[in-house]
Amino acid sequence: MAKKVGIEVSLAVAEAAKLANVDVVAAYPITPQTHIVEHLAELVANGELDAAYIPVESEHSAMSACLGASAVGARTFTATAGQGLELMHEVLYVASSMRLPVVMAVANRALSAPLSVWGDHSDVMAVRDTGWIQIFAENGQEAVDNVLCAFRIGEDPRVLLPVMVHLDGFYLSHMIEPIVFPEPSQVDKFLPLFKYPMPLHPDRPVTMGAFGPPIIYSEAKKAQEVNLEAAREVILQGWDEFGKTFKRYYSPVEQYRSEDAKVLLLTLGSFSETAMTAVDKLRGEGKSVGLVRIRLWRPFPFAELRQAVRNADVLIVLDRAISFGGPGGPVCSEVRSALYGEDKKPKVVGFVGGLGGRDITPAGFEEIVNRGIEISQKGSENEFEIYGVRE
Amino acid sequence: MENYSIYVPRLVTKKEFFAPGHRACIGCGEALAVRLACKALGRSVIIANATGCMEIVSSPLPYTSWRVPWIHTLFENTAAVASGIEAGLKMLMKKGRIAQKEIKVVAMAGDGGTSDIGLQALSGALERGHDFLYLCFDNEAYMNTGIQRSSATPYGASTTTSPAGKMSIGQVTWKKDMPAIAAAHNIPYVATACPSYPFDLMAKVEKGAATSGPAYVHILSVCPTGWRCPTDLTVRIGRLAVETGIFPLYEVENGEYRLNFDFPKLRPVTDYMKLQGRFRHLSEDIIAKIQQRVDKEYAKLKEKAR
Repeated sequence: MAKKVGIEVSLAVAEAAKLANVDVVAAYPITPQTHIVEHLAELVANGELDAAYIPVESEHSAMSACLGASAVGARTFTATAGQGLELMHEVLYVASSMRLPVVMAVANRALSAPLSVWGDHSDVMAVRDTGWIQIFAENGQEAVDNVLCAFRIGEDPRVLLPVMVHLDGFYLSHMIEPIVFPEPSQVDKFLPLFKYPMPLHPDRPVTMGAFGPPIIYSEAKKAQEVNLEAAREVILQGWDEFGKTFKRYYSPVEQYRSEDAKVLLLTLGSFSETAMTAVDKLRGEGKSVGLVRIRLWRPFPFAELRQAVRNADVLIVLDRAISFGGPGGPVCSEVRSALYGEDKKPKVVGFVGGLGGRDITPAGFEEIVNRGIEISQKGSENEFEIYGVRE
Repeated sequence: MENYSIYVPRLVTKKEFFAPGHRACIGCGEALAVRLACKALGRSVIIANATGCMEIVSSPLPYTSWRVPWIHTLFENTAAVASGIEAGLKMLMKKGRIAQKEIKVVAMAGDGGTSDIGLQALSGALERGHDFLYLCFDNEAYMNTGIQRSSATPYGASTTTSPAGKMSIGQVTWKKDMPAIAAAHNIPYVATACPSYPFDLMAKVEKGAATSGPAYVHILSVCPTGWRCPTDLTVRIGRLAVETGIFPLYEVENGEYRLNFDFPKLRPVTDYMKLQGRFRHLSEDIIAKIQQRVDKEYAKLKEKAR
């Protein structure tokens, strides 16, 4: 039987990669992700995980080595955060456009300068258009489950795309949480051996990564978009199958006390759990407030989001990244654009908060909700407001 | 030459793994070097190619010149990609997912992709000891983007970003000694080669491929387009680079230096330089300075190879 154990989430994520029997790990240390790859190195060193561990000299090389390993048909895993994710940036595009299903855990971290090792979503938002499937976890269990789902979804021959599993730096990566680890035999059933359809091998020479002259580049990009769109169905099937096997269920947009709510809060990642506490309190006070959480960030869950918010009057979006000089946080601007053409839609109010490890407490979420309602009625001078900043 | 046509086909495979029909410039020394290297490597190989001339001339989607498995991803990461290929193959063979077989992993890049932007990834891969062969095809500038200087461009050469002018002699830095940097990683095999010496080049590529652990072969590739020289002099100029001592052919095997071609008397550097437009502007005192430097470096190499 699957057992519940208390374990640091980073170590649990490494254990998930072990349960997935990864063949190659190429990684570079960076706070707050380091414990994940440390633990993987330890598992390999102790013979508990039969994998090649490549201690590369940078994140750029980490992702590059992952490309090579994946291209010969190896199940490949890495983890990074913040600056490391940005150093990988150009390599991320290659992984998705060459359809190499690398799985990566990202312990979300702020970006320099000033240097900050602490959590926010600046790193994720800078790589949102890299063509990866991107899933947010709200707690350790979800991170573990979704690492397993990531392999299943990404390696599906209908998909063959890399997958990022986002977990908030420190807020999740360094927490000790109760985690249920699935039985290895069940994981093996859920996650068949990786068979890349056209691996690099002398028996069947293939050319990978030919350059795209103007006569064919647009078609290549269109194919990539069609591919990522088509992945939606497989993602749902993957989560569905996971739910049937392990009794934990995931969907692209998840809701909390939101069905009849007039005011909705929208969050991503670990802050969602704090927001739930705030929602409970506000509901206790008789306020009609609910929560919507985006789990599947890419491909963006348009239909599910529209459905989830259509009956509300106000939708308050909390971003943990700033699009400088832009229309608000990246999540807010995407939500607005997803709803723009709808006949029935809530007023969208954007907040940015929780930057570089700044906490938002349940009381903070109450403030955000109250201020959001105020803005929806009276308007604001700003495109968005930053919560909890000293001015 | 008549004799060659009799015995060369018996010594060298007629099979072409780098297929004809690619888009390299006329007289390209690099395409010649790649062709010879591929003959030496044979079929059981996986090549990771950096962005650069050879990638661009050989792979306009949906065409390819590669009859062996080949991957291009980015400019600066080819050694890291090769690391992943090597580790992946090893693991899949260990786990019995693919058949046990000797598959040589080869990374190739130009001088910019090696001694500038790709140096970190290369150093990492050499240090980690992956079982792979790295081939640097050195045409002494960023030729693919239109003849910009790199750290491998020789002193005095005029390029589009180190142009000769009233206030400039062209490149003002000496060529980065990339083979020495590779050798400083204490890897088992380092060599220099030039397609003007085809048998020597193929023997070194073969040796590098057979080496267990990292091997590095630095191949001088004459570029008529960038060096501003006649396209029918590619082979001749390559030989002159060696005969003047500007690009000596040597090997470093487990730290032991061996000079493959020594000459009782080196030819003057002007024999090599006067055929190339990139050096045309140089005054006698600059040429004398270059001569002095070549003599000194050659003596140092001979000392090491003693």
